[in-house]
Amino acid sequence: MNALIISAVWGIVMMFSGIFTKNKSTVRSIAIAGILILIVANSLDLQGGYHINIDTKNQLDFGTFGLLFNSIAFICTLIYFLLSGKDIENVGVNVAEYFALIFFVLCGVSIATSFNTLLMLFLGIEIISIPLYILTGSNKRNLKSTEASLKYFLMGAFSTGIMLLGIAFLYGASTTGTFFIEEIGIGKSSLSPLFIVGLLLLLISMSFKVSAAPFHFWTPDVYDGAPTVFTSFMATIVKSALFIAFIRLFHNSFGEIQPKWQIFVAIIIAATLFIGNLTAVFQQSVKRMLAYSSIAQAGFMLFAILTINPVAQDGILLYATAYSLATIGIFAILVKMKDRSFEGFNGLAKHHPVLAATNTIFLLSLSGIPLTAGFFAKYYMLMAALKMGQFLWLVVFAVLCAAVSIYYYFRVIQAMYFKDGEPQELQVSSSFKILLIIVAAIIILLGIFPQLLLDKMNILYM
Amino acid sequence: MIPVLLIVIPLIGGLTGFFIKNGKSARDWSLIASLVTLVVSVVGLTVEKNSASLQFDGEWLPALGSSFAVGLDGLGQILTLLTALSFPIIFIATYRDEYKNANNFYALMLLSQAGLMGVFLANDALLFYFFWELALIPVYFLCSQWGGEKRIQATFKFFVYTFVGSLLMLVGIIYLYLHTADHSFSIKSFYDLNGRIPVADQTWLFWLLFIAFAIKMPIFPFHTWQPDTYEQSPTATTMVLSGIMVKMGLFGILRWLAPVLSTGTWVWGDTASALCIIGMIYASLIAIKQDDLKRLVAYSSIAHMGLMCLAIFGTTQTGLQGVMIQMFNHGINIIGLWIVVDLIERQFHTRKISELGGLAQKSPALAILLVIVALANVALPLTNAFVGEFLMFSGVFSSAATKYNVVFTVAASISIILSAVYTLNMIQKVFFGNTNALTEKAKDIYLNEKIILVVIVIAIIIVGVYPKPMLDITRESVDAILSKMNLKQ
Repeated sequence: MNALIISAVWGIVMMFSGIFTKNKSTVRSIAIAGILILIVANSLDLQGGYHINIDTKNQLDFGTFGLLFNSIAFICTLIYFLLSGKDIENVGVNVAEYFALIFFVLCGVSIATSFNTLLMLFLGIEIISIPLYILTGSNKRNLKSTEASLKYFLMGAFSTGIMLLGIAFLYGASTTGTFFIEEIGIGKSSLSPLFIVGLLLLLISMSFKVSAAPFHFWTPDVYDGAPTVFTSFMATIVKSALFIAFIRLFHNSFGEIQPKWQIFVAIIIAATLFIGNLTAVFQQSVKRMLAYSSIAQAGFMLFAILTINPVAQDGILLYATAYSLATIGIFAILVKMKDRSFEGFNGLAKHHPVLAATNTIFLLSLSGIPLTAGFFAKYYMLMAALKMGQFLWLVVFAVLCAAVSIYYYFRVIQAMYFKDGEPQELQVSSSFKILLIIVAAIIILLGIFPQLLLDKMNILYM
Repeated sequence: MIPVLLIVIPLIGGLTGFFIKNGKSARDWSLIASLVTLVVSVVGLTVEKNSASLQFDGEWLPALGSSFAVGLDGLGQILTLLTALSFPIIFIATYRDEYKNANNFYALMLLSQAGLMGVFLANDALLFYFFWELALIPVYFLCSQWGGEKRIQATFKFFVYTFVGSLLMLVGIIYLYLHTADHSFSIKSFYDLNGRIPVADQTWLFWLLFIAFAIKMPIFPFHTWQPDTYEQSPTATTMVLSGIMVKMGLFGILRWLAPVLSTGTWVWGDTASALCIIGMIYASLIAIKQDDLKRLVAYSSIAHMGLMCLAIFGTTQTGLQGVMIQMFNHGINIIGLWIVVDLIERQFHTRKISELGGLAQKSPALAILLVIVALANVALPLTNAFVGEFLMFSGVFSSAATKYNVVFTVAASISIILSAVYTLNMIQKVFFGNTNALTEKAKDIYLNEKIILVVIVIAIIIVGVYPKPMLDITRESVDAILSKMNLKQ
């Protein structure tokens, strides 16, 4: 609860900071201070110190799993602020508002990871989504940004409608008339059509939110149109948070009737992996490639929904961390680039060896090469699926798709190292480079000892 | 402790290599590091078997059932010795090659050595997979950065091929892991699985693992990456690829496939053998037609690897012993051939057989040494390859694991005849006959190159005449593997 309240309050603080100071770096410092406070507040939550507490009638349940993910999300946001904070200032004039909106998103994240009723799920997802619509359109003079914002809003509103409908159906199907996720699915030995329709509608709307195929069509346009700094935030922290909400919902509400809906998820996974990877191959812009890559990565994360066993729960945390860190890093570098096509990266290794080397580590992590966190992320997902015993075809298919992903990730590496390009004048400070090296080091450290992250969780569980 | 040193020395050597700015010092530094590794490896040979210094078991990921377990047995000793010996040879033989950013080149070479050592030493399946991939990454960068004109496409094809294979292998490994009694990746738990996995599962599990190894060797029809990659890579890397890396495939079968999925291996033995034979004859025929020296050696390598793989599926003691010896011999011989190709290319800037001729008159030392290496490649008696191939042929012929042993032996020996055709043809055209305008000004080779070729020739002849020490080293491993392989259903 600490983090939830503080993030909402700090969002308001940020809004007012824009009135009192016009100095952009002061605003950024306030934001960084806020995120540090959030991290501390959340670790207090983790230790059981609920200093600020409001009785929600058990509508919110702050379990370790959700709180641990909040920590990951907040730390990733801190890294994001430190790496890309300067670039947020360059988007437009209303810097304070951008930071405020990000804090509101974080508030939504803490609800979405800890909801106990479908109402709270709905609230959390809406609190995440609405600021994002604004952030997507924040570059007001850019037509693409505005178009993306409108598109995102329409599609988002549409999927929210579907979600509400699903929730209503589930409410109608429950014998006692309840929104509590743990009670919806209980005693469903024979499933009523109402219940099944509700479940499928929720599945579809959640797939919309995490951009799983065939509900992914908004993703490339929105990610491409939004200012690159905000794409970075949307594609990583927000997406991971939605996955946590997704898994929480399906684990608690529909876990017992898993065999009934598994096949739908399996088909969604296969479609997501196939479309995401194959379309990414044909992209000419790195930003668009990353948008499709985020769809492809979502395909792997969906394995956690398919299996919902403890391995998958460990795995999704690791996956969220590995994927977010690597993608934030790549986006931070991408923002600095002048030419955002693959050719723009030509010869980067020669002129900016640190950027190239760290970018290579991020890309290797996304491709799932051992010694990087991305390997263990994929490893856990495969392990979870194989442990279940069924869907071997899906595992083999996923693995082949992972091999396809090599193609587009390595195109960047090839451009940086093996092709010659014009020297580029990039504005990179040495602190930016050091931070990139730290992020790369974390990725490698997690790639050798994934337990560092997971053990902490297991200890906390006990 | 010795296995750890074998991994750590090249690893640290490589990592420090990145920071040595001067290319020449980086080269000397790498040479020293590789020589130290060789010394450690030789010391490892002298240590008594089953001694504690040959094993190491450190904690790594207890929650996943994986540990940093490395150890040396006979099979590992042969291959680590080959790895340890090859790198100094490669560094000395290519001592005069100039590279852009030489420090990175040598650093990556040493890192690939560390990866290779890890593959041959790992006693834990997850660790094995780690090193399997880690050996690949430096080689990818080496080939893409310092290779020939079409290097990027060629290497990329190579990378994607092997990556698909290794991911399939990962699925197989995880599946096996989930079936171990104590949920552990240790080799002991994997060997305990033998006979406990249902036959129906073994039949498809076999392919998950076998494809990874077949791509690496390569076995027909997974071989198409190989000639392009060998041709486009810098010669030093080609030596690593063809001398050592291809052995990872054979090693994988011997250590992780045949003893674990013995029934699967038995069920698919004939199919795999048939693929090996097709590859051998097919590659030999293409080799006859090649005009490019590098491609010729590349195809000849496919043929030789096919025979070794065939002998494994024969499942006999003589055959397996032949495979183990031949893995070492093939590594030495093919590195010798590459050195010769490199020398020719550096002097004449061409690899076309048709443009060369009469080299023997101008560089007699090179000619003599090449003829010996080439004859070893054809497995003439008194050379090392004869011992290996003879054992393998006799193994395949006497095999009880297949009904088609005679067919396989006859078909495989055709490829030996074909190998004589292309090898002798190459010698004749390149070294004998009349000199032309290009070869008229040829000079003989330098001292360091002579020394290295002499070392290789000595190794060829010693093993050819007196193979007993090698047979002794490998005997125990052969028996251990055979005891786990299923001869009959």
